[in-house]
Amino acid sequence: MGSVWVREWRAVVRNRSAIINPVAFVFLGVLLFNLGSRSYEESFDGSALGMLWVLVLIANLLALDSTFRRDFESGLLEQIFVSAEVPFLILFLKVLMQWMTTGFLISLLSPLLALLMGVPYELLGNTFVALLIGTPTLSFLGAIGASLTVGMGRGGALLALLVLPLYIPVLIFGVDVSQSQSIALTEISSLYWLFFISLASLTLAPFAILLGLKISLAMD
Amino acid sequence: MLKLTDLVVLRDEARLFQPLNATLEAGGCVELLGPNGSGKSTLLRTMIGLHDQYEGTYECPDCFYQGHKLGLDDLMNPIENLEWFLGLEGSSFDEDSARKALARVNMVEYALVPCSRMSQGQKRRVSMVRWILSKRLAWILDEPFTLLDATGVRLVNELIQEKCEAGGLVVCATHLPLQVQEKKSIQLEALSGSQV
Repeated sequence: MGSVWVREWRAVVRNRSAIINPVAFVFLGVLLFNLGSRSYEESFDGSALGMLWVLVLIANLLALDSTFRRDFESGLLEQIFVSAEVPFLILFLKVLMQWMTTGFLISLLSPLLALLMGVPYELLGNTFVALLIGTPTLSFLGAIGASLTVGMGRGGALLALLVLPLYIPVLIFGVDVSQSQSIALTEISSLYWLFFISLASLTLAPFAILLGLKISLAMD
Repeated sequence: MLKLTDLVVLRDEARLFQPLNATLEAGGCVELLGPNGSGKSTLLRTMIGLHDQYEGTYECPDCFYQGHKLGLDDLMNPIENLEWFLGLEGSSFDEDSARKALARVNMVEYALVPCSRMSQGQKRRVSMVRWILSKRLAWILDEPFTLLDATGVRLVNELIQEKCEAGGLVVCATHLPLQVQEKKSIQLEALSGSQV
């Protein structure tokens, strides 16, 4: 199992564009948002947080297609299904790595991003926590879509149509948690939901991903 | 032991060939012949469980599969690729035997060169190292002679011969007849009889 970890890690480190692109995209998006919106009024109306979340969703979506594509095209995925004792764990790892380079990294940088969007200091902590809990869901639900479209050449548009509706609950609860005044579980029910969706997708999505990839391989 | 009973592979719900019956004991080698599009690759993919549209039954031991896609990561060098593959299989990896096997296919000086810098034929040779190191009983090979030069073709024949002598089992789809001592042939012909 160790060598499989090592390989996933190497694949990420050597493919730097996969790390830089999503983060660069979000920063560019923030820049464009600031250029396009009117100058800020005194009071903060919350639309900036919604915008930030949408940027994170789209950044994740753009990185999704590459989750399995390289492995599919080089035949590594075939080998995983034929030779591995537990393909499940390896696929789980792959999606986890995809999250590390998109959602996790963006979460770490979220205080800076939120400040650039004019979010008040009090909400930075909440935004960070909400992104950290919410983004694994984006990667895991998104990977279901990616597993189904990986065999279809460039399935970009179809992937967006498949996956974006699944992101809606994360967006709703994520923005709600980001805007709350407190982070105590007892005071915001949205946080419960965000946790629930995240844990559910972490445990259930890999089964769907496994099936999706089997279908894609069978059609190859 | 490999056993096919009335096996027909379907593609888009159409049967690709007549029902196939074959058995192969350990130490045996079978070559799968047939024109392009006769279903050789699909039959092999069925045997390893990647293709699930078929009629009939088959028994196939734990196997190693080499398809048209080589299964090498371009960002990694051969040693790293082998380490990953053996980890996947659950066998142990040691660099000495990996280098020895690389020397066998004449690629040892490329041991630390990323696969993206190799020619297609060289990648083929590197992928052959996995056959050598794999601990699986059976080899399922899909056109192993593709892109290889004359010495490469000879090497493939040698490796298959050794595998059979060691009590392994080889199924090989090919257009170039295998040069091994004992082999069975299965001729796939679109919707005409095919028996061993």
